[in-house]
Parts: sequence; structure tokens; C-alpha cells
Amino acid sequence: MATTVGPKGYGVEAGRLYAARRVFNSSIAYILLVISIIPIVIGYAWLIIATFSYRTEGLLPIDADGNVGGWTLRNWAFLNDPAIWHVTLNSLVIALGMVIGVGFVSSLAAYALSRMNFSGRKGFLSLTLILHAFPSVTLLIAIFFVLNFISKLPALGPRFGYNTLGGVALVMISLDLPLGVWLMKGFFDNLSWDMERAALIDGASRFRVWWEIILPQIKPGLAALAIFEFLSGWSAFLIPFTFTVGTRVANLPVYLRQLISDTAPTNWNQVAAVGLFQLIPVLVFFIFTQEMLLSIYSGGAKGGT
Amino acid sequence: MKVELENLTKRWGDVVGADSINLEIQDGEFVAFLGPSGCGKTTTLLMVAGIYKPTEGFIRFDERIVNQMAPKDRNVGMVFQSYALYPHMTVFQNIGYPLKLKKVPKEEMQKRVQRVADMMGIGHLLDRKPAQLSGGQQQRVALGRALVKEPQLLLFDEPLSNLDARLRLSMRSEIKRLQMELGITSIYVTHDQVEAMTMADRIAVMKDGRLQAYAPPEELYDQPRTLFVAGFVGNPPMNFMEVEVDRENGDYHARREGFDVVVPPDRGEKAAGRGKVILGIRPEDVTLADEGVSGEIYVVEPLGRDDLIDVRIGDAHVHILADPTLRLKIGDNVKLKFNTHKVQFFDPATEDSLLWT
Repeated sequence: MATTVGPKGYGVEAGRLYAARRVFNSSIAYILLVISIIPIVIGYAWLIIATFSYRTEGLLPIDADGNVGGWTLRNWAFLNDPAIWHVTLNSLVIALGMVIGVGFVSSLAAYALSRMNFSGRKGFLSLTLILHAFPSVTLLIAIFFVLNFISKLPALGPRFGYNTLGGVALVMISLDLPLGVWLMKGFFDNLSWDMERAALIDGASRFRVWWEIILPQIKPGLAALAIFEFLSGWSAFLIPFTFTVGTRVANLPVYLRQLISDTAPTNWNQVAAVGLFQLIPVLVFFIFTQEMLLSIYSGGAKGGT
Repeated sequence: MKVELENLTKRWGDVVGADSINLEIQDGEFVAFLGPSGCGKTTTLLMVAGIYKPTEGFIRFDERIVNQMAPKDRNVGMVFQSYALYPHMTVFQNIGYPLKLKKVPKEEMQKRVQRVADMMGIGHLLDRKPAQLSGGQQQRVALGRALVKEPQLLLFDEPLSNLDARLRLSMRSEIKRLQMELGITSIYVTHDQVEAMTMADRIAVMKDGRLQAYAPPEELYDQPRTLFVAGFVGNPPMNFMEVEVDRENGDYHARREGFDVVVPPDRGEKAAGRGKVILGIRPEDVTLADEGVSGEIYVVEPLGRDDLIDVRIGDAHVHILADPTLRLKIGDNVKLKFNTHKVQFFDPATEDSLLWT
């Protein structure tokens, strides 16, 4: 840890000593960070190397005869299979469905919870927090019955029932809502009342205040939530795996799972390739949006002047 | 528009925001709500604006009860302490927002916004965002937004307290001039008694949710009805000390240890024979003289034009204003002459004035 004593008042010699110590202290921190990140970096390096080789031994690609070398595009052959594009589209639909569903519902709900007085408000808040504490695995069977019931409804069944994309999205949206509502409530709580009052006096209805005045103030929060939901929808596995059958409504992680067979030997290099394929949009997305994503943790938007 | 508050009360559970406020504001009048923070002045203002619903009592606009009317139907304009500009909109959009909500046609809106902005001296800034403006300019935008819909009632919630001292003075006179020219009934909430005294036609002094006094500035200054009003209005504040008033040889004497002055009979008789009462006198009504009550200088505070001098008389302290060229020093002995025609007397128990009821 860097010392907090300033260099003021020291002689030239002591000042140099102080500077040297500071460099030493910060280099220790860097060394520790680099050491702890090495396993992750090796993992990514293996992932990329493995997708382009027959086999790997450690980080070295090996050809069929056991010699170093043997680069190949064989593992990426799945891109020619129309099924992969179908499941990619499904992944996208689920991810976007979650962005829109969670974003819309939680920004409305959180506004009400943050700004309006109604009976049961406090109870509702703590209840959602408790619900969020349940691992979704424990709810799988109950959710199955719910989806089964929806399947029998005339108009909703084919869209939101069992073994439909809508059903998967619906379940995932509802499981993520407590988090979204609490997160957005934090952003709304940070806004001053004055702007809202000014808009009401200017003649806006409550809904217009929400839409035209308040939402633009919490854009960073909304963006952060959208990114977060997109990522969680894109990589969702448990819910799609449980409530879908076959590749018609499978998403990328489920497709990936289907490559790992219990009976035949698994081509791990192909699994790596599909995994990397799934990762690419996320990486690109993250590079462009990480600043907004970080604002989730930094307490939210500053409203007004 | 005439505004009438009748027994207006706001409570949140046990917390009382405003406690049966009764007052009447004439058409075109400029009224200030004055009081320390937490006295209920902003609560009352927000009830008039329609943001808070009154717990009890009535608000009348021109004889019409508006308790349940939504803010947007009241046709009021309001200026906030924080300005409450919409940061994502330009100045034009900010000022034009009330018109947009009223579905005023584009061309007319353009004209009206430009006219108001020119009147406020910000006509050249219409494309800017609020964050690109100085505090004074933001204040003008807020004022413009309140004025653009031609409201029948203007509400100000401490609009000048975020400005620096010089700007505050110029905006003060500007708001006052604007209000007089437009003749819009206005309520101005402030904790700054100078603002209230200089701008308002009448001042409503509030404390702990209750209306303490409602009078024109001069009357508030010369005839304070309560000890609180006497102490709150005026700068530097009024001096208070406990005295006993007795009648002796036809004269009324106010006395305490080391202090004996003769007060005029019209004031003295109301305070006589009550045991201990509180005597109040403003610093400008006490002067240095060759003879009078003697005291010792305790503190000297130079204010520039005057020195504010704390004089100790026995165990009481009296603040007076003195000419700095006298070069008074701590420890000097001085004699004080009291302008007894301006003394006030208060009942120490009820804190009500004994002179004005």
C-alpha cells in the first residue's frame, strides 16, 4: 500500500527515497494483478488456439500425427449448418425480449415505487427482494406447470406456452424483474423532485412527466440495465434448456450443450469454436458499452444542474 | 387573480407542515412568505401550486375552491430554487415546454418563446443546453418558462438563494419590476428578510407552520406583533432585554440593573405593573451620547459604512451602530441614548407584543 505521508518537508534525498518507494509499492500491486490474471488469459488463449486446430496439447496445436502444427478451419464448419443461424436468431430474440421487457416494466414499476405513495409499497419492495434471493432452479417445476397452463390458453398458448421462445423470454423476464426494479428505483431516487414538480406545473400529466422529463435523466441507468439484460438473455441456459425441446426454439447455449454427447466422443475443439462464436458479439458489445455498464455500480445519474 | 387561504393545514402523520393558515392575497399583489427553514412556507406554496393536497382547509382562486384541481389546470407559473430546468432540452424547448403541452401551434410558440426570452435578455441563448449557461442565465430561463404561459399566479420558491450576492441584488429588482409591469399576483417564498422587505407589498411571517404576522413591510418593522417577528425582521436584529416598568412621579421607567430609561406614557402604561417584560429596541434607535445609560464596549464589528458595536450594560448586551471614525475600542466606556419612542414591549410568557394586538 502506498504511504499517505506527502513528500513536503523532506530533503532532496528523502524525496528521492519516497519516489523510489512509491514505484516499488505500485509495482507490487501490478505484479499481483498480473499473476492473478494469468489463468484467465491462458484460458482465452487456449479457446482461440483450439478452435483452429485438430487437437491441442497445452497451448500447442497438434496435427493428426502428433506433430506441432495442423491448423484447420474444420471446427468452424458448423457455420454452414442453417441450424446455427436459427439458434443464434433465437438467442437474439430472447436477449432483445429481455431488454425490452425488463426495461419497460421495471422503469415503470420503479418510478411508481420511488415516487408514488400507495399502501403495500414497503411490503412490495421487500417481497421482491426476497423473491430475488430464490435460485431459479428451485422454481423450475412450478414454472413448468405455469407454462403448461398457458399452453392451453387459446391466443397466448402458441406464443408464450411451453416450448416457445415467448415462454422462455417471459420466464426469464419475470425472474430478472426484481433486480431491474430495484436498480431503476435507485436511479429514480437520486433525481430531485423539483424538476418533476416543475413539469407538473407546466401542465404535463404524470405519464408525460415520466416519459419526457424523468426517463431522459436516467438514460445511463436504463442503458446499463439494457446491456445487463442483453448479456444475461444472450447467455441464458437453464431456462431455455429446461423449457424447450429440440432445436426449433433452442438458443446458442442449448445448442452448445447438444454438441456434448454422453455416448459418442465429443469434439471439444468444435465446442470451443461454437463457444467463441457465441462470445464474439458479447465482446464487441462490451467493448463499446462498458462505460455505461459500470455506472450500474457507481450510484446512478446526476439529474439537473 | 385573488388568492385566499382558509384554515389551510398540511399534516403527514404527526408532522405538521402548515397549521391553519389564513390569508388573502389581492389581485396583482406581491406577497412574501418569510420564515426560517422548516417553517412551512414552501409546504404552503406547494399546496397553492397543487403539488400537495391540503389535509384541511381551502384554497380559493377568485372565490373558486381549487383544492382538488390538478396543477396543470391551475394556470400558475413557478420558479424553483434549483431552477429545475430540464437538462436534456435546449433553452427554447425549456421555455416552450408549457406551450407544447398546451398544444399551441408551432409558429405562435416560436413567437411567444422568442418574446419572453427577449424580455428576459436571453434571446440569443435559445439553442444552448442549461448546463452551458451561468447561474443567472439559468435563473432567467426558469423565469421565462414560468412566464411564457401567461399565468394568473406566479410562485417563487427562494429563487435567488443560489445566486451570488451581486447578481441577487440585480435579479431582485428585475423580478420586482417585472411583476409590477405584468401585474401578475405573486407569492415569493424566502428566508431572507431583506428580500421580503424590499420586494413584497405584504409579508407573511411564518414559524413552525403557523402564520405569525401578515402585514406590509413598514408595519412589520415598526409594529411587530410577536417577539419572533421583531427578532426575525430587521438587520442587524432587534435588541432584547428583560426590564420592569414602573410608574414614578407620572413617568414610566423601564429598569434593570444598571439601566433606567423613561419611556413615553402611551407605550409605558401597557407594560407597567406586569412584573418582568421584554423590552425590544432596534440598533439604529440607540445612539452614543454624552449622557445616558453607561456601558462598556464588548465587541466591535466593522461593517464598512458603520461599526456594529456590542455594548454591555450590567449583564445585558445591546448592539448599536456607530460611526467608524470614532475608532471605538473594546473596553471603552460609553453612554447610550435610547430613542424611547421606538421601544417595543413583549410578554415573556406568550411572546406577544404588549403594544400591538
